[in-house]
Parts: sequence; structure tokens; C-alpha cells
Amino acid sequence: MKVAVIGGGIVGSLLAYELSKYDLELILIEKNNDFGQEVTKANSAIIHGGYDDPPGSLRAELCSDGNRKYDILSKELSLPVKRIGSLVVSDDTSDSEKRLEELYRRGIKNGVEGLSILSSDKLQSIEPNLDEKYSKALYCKSAAITEPWMVAVLAAKGAEKNGARLITGDEVVDSISKGRNIKKVVLSSGEEIEVNLVLNAAGVYFNKVARIFGVRTPEIILVKGQYLLLDHLASELVSTIIFPLPSKKGKGKLIVPTIDGGILLGPTSEAIDGFNPEELSTTSKGIKEVADAGEEFIHGIARPKWFIKTFAGLRPETPNKDFYIKLSSEKTNFITVGGMRSPGLTAAPAVADYVIEYLIQEKMGITLVKNDRVRSISPGLRIKELSFEDASKKIEENSSYGRIICQCNQVSEKEIRDAIRDGARTLDDVKFRTRATFGRCQGGFCTWKIMKIISEELNIPLEEVKKNDKGSELLDGKVRK
Amino acid sequence: MKSHETDILVIGGGAAGMAASLSASKQNKHVTLLERENDTGGVLNQCVHNGFGVQFYQEELTGPEFSTRLHGEMSEQNVEVICESYVRNLDVHEKIAEIFSPQGAYTIKAKSVVLATGARERPFGALLIPGERPSGIFPAGLAQRFVNLENHLPGKKAIILGSGDIGLIMARRLHLEGMKVIGVVERLPYAGGLTRNVVQCLDDFEIPLYLSHTIIEVRGSPRLEAVKMVKVDDSLNPIDGTEKWIEVDTLILSAGLIPHVEDFADEGALDHVNKGFIVSNTGETVYSGIFAAGNNVAIYDLVDYVAAEGWIAGKNAALYAEGNLDKTRHLEIRRGKNVNVLVPNKVTTEEHLRIYLRLKEPIDEGKIIINELGIEKEFKYGVPSEMLQLTVNKKKLSELLHDKDNVTVEVIS
Amino acid sequence: MKGHITCTVCPVGCKIFISDESGEIVIEGNRCERGYEYAMNEVVRPKRTLPTSVKVIGGSLPLVSVKSSKPIDRKRIIDIMKKIKSITVKAPVRIGDVVAEDIDGEGTSLIATRNVKEVHEK
Repeated sequence: MKVAVIGGGIVGSLLAYELSKYDLELILIEKNNDFGQEVTKANSAIIHGGYDDPPGSLRAELCSDGNRKYDILSKELSLPVKRIGSLVVSDDTSDSEKRLEELYRRGIKNGVEGLSILSSDKLQSIEPNLDEKYSKALYCKSAAITEPWMVAVLAAKGAEKNGARLITGDEVVDSISKGRNIKKVVLSSGEEIEVNLVLNAAGVYFNKVARIFGVRTPEIILVKGQYLLLDHLASELVSTIIFPLPSKKGKGKLIVPTIDGGILLGPTSEAIDGFNPEELSTTSKGIKEVADAGEEFIHGIARPKWFIKTFAGLRPETPNKDFYIKLSSEKTNFITVGGMRSPGLTAAPAVADYVIEYLIQEKMGITLVKNDRVRSISPGLRIKELSFEDASKKIEENSSYGRIICQCNQVSEKEIRDAIRDGARTLDDVKFRTRATFGRCQGGFCTWKIMKIISEELNIPLEEVKKNDKGSELLDGKVRK
Repeated sequence: MKSHETDILVIGGGAAGMAASLSASKQNKHVTLLERENDTGGVLNQCVHNGFGVQFYQEELTGPEFSTRLHGEMSEQNVEVICESYVRNLDVHEKIAEIFSPQGAYTIKAKSVVLATGARERPFGALLIPGERPSGIFPAGLAQRFVNLENHLPGKKAIILGSGDIGLIMARRLHLEGMKVIGVVERLPYAGGLTRNVVQCLDDFEIPLYLSHTIIEVRGSPRLEAVKMVKVDDSLNPIDGTEKWIEVDTLILSAGLIPHVEDFADEGALDHVNKGFIVSNTGETVYSGIFAAGNNVAIYDLVDYVAAEGWIAGKNAALYAEGNLDKTRHLEIRRGKNVNVLVPNKVTTEEHLRIYLRLKEPIDEGKIIINELGIEKEFKYGVPSEMLQLTVNKKKLSELLHDKDNVTVEVIS
Repeated sequence: MKGHITCTVCPVGCKIFISDESGEIVIEGNRCERGYEYAMNEVVRPKRTLPTSVKVIGGSLPLVSVKSSKPIDRKRIIDIMKKIKSITVKAPVRIGDVVAEDIDGEGTSLIATRNVKEVHEK
């Protein structure tokens, strides 16, 4: 049986990974050069507890399951996950307390583990820098942070290790069907691939992809979230994820520690007019709002000298704000996994199970046979995370580990070369794989070095090295020809 | 895993580090200089323009010449220079540094340490300019690296944000090398760099300097296409109706330098105005036996000052290493009227005292005054971008150290 | 024109006020004759030391930084740059080497300001 997964974000990649554990021919198609580069890379990177979702919704069902599954996946794929816990903080008005209790009850109903309501003493001891007006909080021990694009990358690698074919830099532009049965997908490169089952996990583009196959899916709006990234020094002020009480718009503007020691403030929640998936610009208003929101919780966290950068991400939202994971009625062999907004990242592992066990095996009646191939991915090496002794051994094995290219984040030449040999082709690819240029100087000191390495490894002239997409080459002609 | 020992460990091989190594070694001490690039010199290697050494060497040199000369003198003194070395951790109390290099990971234990880690450029992200995230935006130093050492131009048409020296220098460089330079945009009503650079880099080539202007949005994907420039009022707020989109494919940022201190110090060791290490007139920081000099103390305008300060720090680090550093005095140096950046923060040794300061506001004719010492120094055409420097004689200082514990440096018209 | 300049002849760096607006050249603030001359040149025929780069063949770096041996008439810089862009020099280059002679017809040469080692092709 030939299965094609369209879209290599966190949802598509985890779907592909889980499918790769079965006896079938699997292809994962991603239009960008690397995995997890769209919605997946520009969000809060939180593995949520799951108390926020309306009981009975698909979101609620899959969120707490997904959260739990990250422990198993962490081991199988060596995922970066840190269980730091979260706090929904509230003041002492009776309305706020009621809403907090409601969240707690919802969480219990949704099967969330590790929930408790904290009084102000306990709250102050966990987060001493929190403004005094917050006297109560819902603490969720199981909330965690991760590096979402790396989850996608590692899941894709895991799928590949189990025999899946990964296609990057190519997208599905057409399909060939016989009646209600899809026979082939056609890629922009011209390649035609025979398929028995198509899974549409194309993120903000899931409607576009559905239409290629003649499948109708609900219209979505795109919601933009702007973020402000703060220096590592800010992380001394906070140790958990801080949420306000949720509103109709969503979970609100947060303070989120990042996996590599920084702090994120945000996001805003702005519906974009029309369908413009490239609308990733930040605004002064948005930046100010997220900074102010951070200051409300912890005074002094939004210090200008700690500002590293701002960025924005999009999420696709269906009218009922729930996931849209359904078999198609127009075609017999097409499943859409769409509308993956918060808690999409958290739910992703459970989404894979839902699609495989419930939709494919149960509803479609297809029997899948599990294979018993080795499926673990060994952890990628970051010299920064090694003890001095271990790092020393590594450097002795290969001197390139001792040549530190990104000074701010302690990224070695070897890590960068390995990333390029593993598929990274642009500055952004290298950045997301290695964390180089994520630090304080934002590449001011090392961009030229990384470009030279890319130029050497790919055997292209320096002026052809790109930041990300075609047309993003950094340099122009020579000074002296 | 090897461990070495040395008398003085100097971290950073730019102007300050080389000068410190040189002066420490002249005291017959074993000096080890760690440099993270594969050659010493720091940013001097890419500063092909001249203006260096007028004071330190009494000769006007280009950056590479200054660096080569200093390096040469250092080599004659047998300073141990280790390039491609990255300091992963520094224990400021034990004076032990953990180092990664292609040759291996090792530790160095020293009797005293000079931190000469320089500064970094303020990145685009920190400016919070809204809009898209295209390629074509470069900090000026990075653009300088490409043009002067890697033989590549950053684009075809550039605008420069910030009139600090590096921005002015790059305006000229890019113009001479064939790029179209639309102008230099500066939000203050006066230039951030040396007057001589405004003249020789902009006026000479009729490159416009847009004072009291700033850039409030960038547009373009995947490459920069345009920036939105706007006039600002006295409070630096954009004035409605003055917005103008300017088509460029390159944005060069010269938005300030930030002392590189975060890896080695906590807040208590830093001066909140200079943004760098608190130092005494010996160059010693708040950590005993740890010295600092150069742009990691305050942002200087002349490399000659950086080298001079490095020299002092190196000499005193050597004295400390042999147990001879006199620290019996303690005189705090405070900021008075119109004084912004001020180095050093205190006096702990009776020595000729070199004070560097930057004005908060420009002033046509003024005097630097230290009332308690009865010192006055007149100057003309003072601007924040040009550091003022004054030396207090050792004897005069001695006389006063005994009955005072602080002095105030102020500037009046 | 009217304004003040910083003289770069010696480390003192006098701020010299210069003006030729009233038809008469006014120079004030210099502390020595050399400063006066420097300021006069600025008014009458500004000259600049030209720092730039020249292409290197077979070197460890693609460019060697150079400077003009003496200040060049400012007005001629753009033209002279055109000439400089077509000059090449072979590695090794030592600091102080004359990389090009007489670039302006007045005997000004281009001097290397750094060392560039020779690199042998693989």
C-alpha cells in the first residue's frame, strides 16, 4: 500500500513517523527545503496541559493524549523536551477565581494530569518575581516546552530510517483520479507518484491542497501571532510558562521560556484579512502589546537591552476553532488533517494515532501490519550541552568540534557541516538545525563564516548562498573581479 | 584534558588585548593571549581606512597596519598567542578558564586575567522595526567584513541607519566600490560619529545625512525592497505625514555597539551608563585580579584610547600577579552635569589618572571641571560622539586622595 | 563653506574653524603651522588619503588593503578608483610593498597595509 503524506510540519512528520512503523510504502512531501518551516516554527513551542480545550472537542480529546505521548517520543526520537510546568495566574476577584476553578474542572474532565490550584504563598515560592496582584494560579506539572521544528525534522528522519521516502523542495500541484479514487499525485518537478492513500497535512495550505484533489474543506481564517524574543538573562526572572486567564480570543499573551534558555513574550492574536500565508510582518502595536503583557506579570522583564528580535507566525483556524481531521466524502482515499491551531503542536502525536487507528484502520477498514524495525534516532550532538570532559573527548575525535563558529550559542563547525550534509542548504536551514545565530549578536559575527562553510560544502560561490528562499541571496557581485 | 598555567591570561586579541599582553610581558611575566578568530587584530583587520595610531604611534595608520605593528611588538616579547580558542567558562574567583579549540579542550589557570572582549553591534532584531524579515539587512561590521575581506558587495542600493563611525565609514566604502548609497539616517539632531568622518565619508561624496529621521518599517520578501523613513520630533517620535518609502535592496545598520560582558559578569560588575565593566584606574574590575579594558568597559571612539587602556590593564595585571598591586586608596569618580560615559569609576592606586568621558548634550564651548581637584580643561565644539580625555597628574592626585573619598566630574559651558 | 574640522596632523587634534564665505579665507584654532596648512588645503584643494583594496592573485585572502602614499586631490578620487579596480597584485604581499606606482600622475603610489601569504592551489 502506498501512502503519501503532504506537508512536513510537525503534524505531517509525526504522522509519517508513526505510519513508518507499519508495513507500507510511505512518502512524505514537503515543499520547503527543510521540515517544520511554516506554522511549526513560529509559535509558542508549548506542549500544553490540555485544560483549556472545550470538553468533547477533538482538541480536548487529543491534547492530553498528545502531551503524554511526548515522553515516549522523546526517547524514540531524542526530542528536545523540557517539562517546566505552567501557571494560569489570576488575581483575587471572585470572577477570576471562578474562572480558574472552571479551568481546573475542565482539565480533570479532559484527562489532564498534574493539575492543582495554588494559593499565593505557593505561587510566590515558585515564581517570586510575579506581581503581587496574582494571588492564585492553576499549576499544571505536565506542561512542557520543546523545539517544534526539530520535532518535525527528527520525526521525518525517524520515518526515513524506517524506510519512508522524504521529498523536500517539491510540492503537489496536481492529482490524477479515476472516479472517486485518487491514483497519482503530481509534483511541481514533474514527478508523478502512484498512491493508494493521501493524507493532507499541509498546514495553512490544507485548503489549497484539498482543492487539487477535488475535496471540499471548511474555509479558514489565518490568525497571526507576534512574538518578542528576549535575551537569556531574562530567564533568571521566571521558571515556568505564565498564562493569563484565557479569553474568547484564545490563551492570551504569555511569558514562555524557550528550549535554549531565552524568553518569548506573546503572542498577539490577529485575524488576517483574506488568505495571505506570507503575511508574517510584525507591527509596532503588536510588539508593544506583547511587551506590556509581559510587564503585567513580571515587572522588568521587557527590558529594551534584552530585546533580541521579533517575529510572527500564522495558524489556520476553522469556524468552530477545532481541528478538522476527516475522511473526504468526495474521494475514497483522502484524509484531511487540518485546522491545526493551538494545541496542534501538543496534539500532534495523538493526531497520528487518531488518523492511523481510528480513521484508517477502523473507519476505512484498512488493516495495517506493524513491522518491528529498529526505530530510535540517536540524539544529535550539541557541544554546548556536553560536560567539559565529554566535549573534550569529542574534540579529540574530531577537531572540528573544537572550532566554535557561533560564539553566542557555542555551535561548532562540525555541527554546522553535519547539518549541511544532512540537508540544510541555507542560512536559515543551518540556523534552525544548529541554533547558530539565535543568540545575542544575531549572526553579526558569524554569518560570514557560516556562509563560507555552506559555500564550501555545497560547492557554490558565496554569492549564491541564500538566507532562505530563492531570491534571498545575501551578497551581490565581487568588489574586485 | 590538559590544564595549563600562566601568569596573566588575556582574553581577546584585539587592540586592547594585544596592548595588555604587550605591557604585561614587559614586566617579565608569562602572558597567554586567547583569540577566538584565526588571527589577532579583531575588527582592526577589516578596518582598511586610516585614522588609527595618531596618538599611540604618532603616525596615522590603517587598521591592519596598527594591528600588524602591535602584533609584531607582542611577538618580540614572547607572548603566547593561542588563536581559534573559545572561552566556554571563566571562574572569576579561581581564575580558571575552560577553553575549546580545534587542538582540544583544556583549562588555563592564571594569577590574573585581562578581559579584552570588545563589543558587538546592536542587531536588527533588537531595534524592533516592524515589517517583514527579508535578506539584505546587515550590521555595518558584517557588511565591512564582506567588502574588505571576502571581496563581496552586499547589494546594489543601500541606505544606512545610524550615523555612528562604522556607518559613516561604510557609506564611503560602498559608494567608492560602486553601490548606490541613498544616505545615512540618524534619529538624533547630530551625528553619532566623529566629525572628521562626517566630512570625509559623507560631505566629500555628497552622500546625504538625514538628521532627525529614522526608519520605521521594512518591506520585501525574500530580499529587501524598501524601507519607510520618517522625520522625528525632539522626543524622537515619528511626525505624521513625513513618511516616505525609499527603494533599496540593502539596509546597513550602525545602531550602536554593546560591550560584550554578559558571558563573564553579572549586573553588579557593570556600570549602568557605560554598559560595560566597572573599573578602577588600574583597569581592575569588581572581581579581584580580573581586569578589563577596551570596548567592554565603554564604547571608545579611538582605538588609540583602547590600546592605552589595555596597556594600563596589562601592566597592573602583571603587578597583581606578582602581589605588588597597590590598592590602598579608594576614590570614587562620580558623574556630574552633562557627563554620560565616564571611565574609570574609581581610583585605587596613585598613578597618573586618565579620564575619558562623553557628553550627554553637544556644547559649543565648555569646560571639564573636577572641583575637588581644582582641575579645569577647556574645549570647543564638544559632541557626544567625540570622547573628551583628561589626565590628572599623579602628584596632584596623591595630595587629594588622603582626605577625599569621591570626586565629581562635570561639564559646564 | 563654513565649519570646523579636526586636524589629523598630530595627536593633539586641534579643532580648527575654517570659512571662505566672506570671500576671505578664515582659519582659526590651529596651534601650529602644519595645522594651518592642513586647514588651508581643506578649503582650497581638499586632499584625502585613499584607503581601499586591490585584488590579490594566489593569496590567502582575495584582497589586500592598501592606502595611497600621500593624500590625493579629493575631486579625483572617483576617477582614480576606476583605475584601481583593474589593478592586481601577486601574493605574497608584505605590508609596505608598493602595489601600484603613480596612480594620480603626481607620483602617489598605493602601499599595502597588510601581509597576504601565498597559497598554493590544491
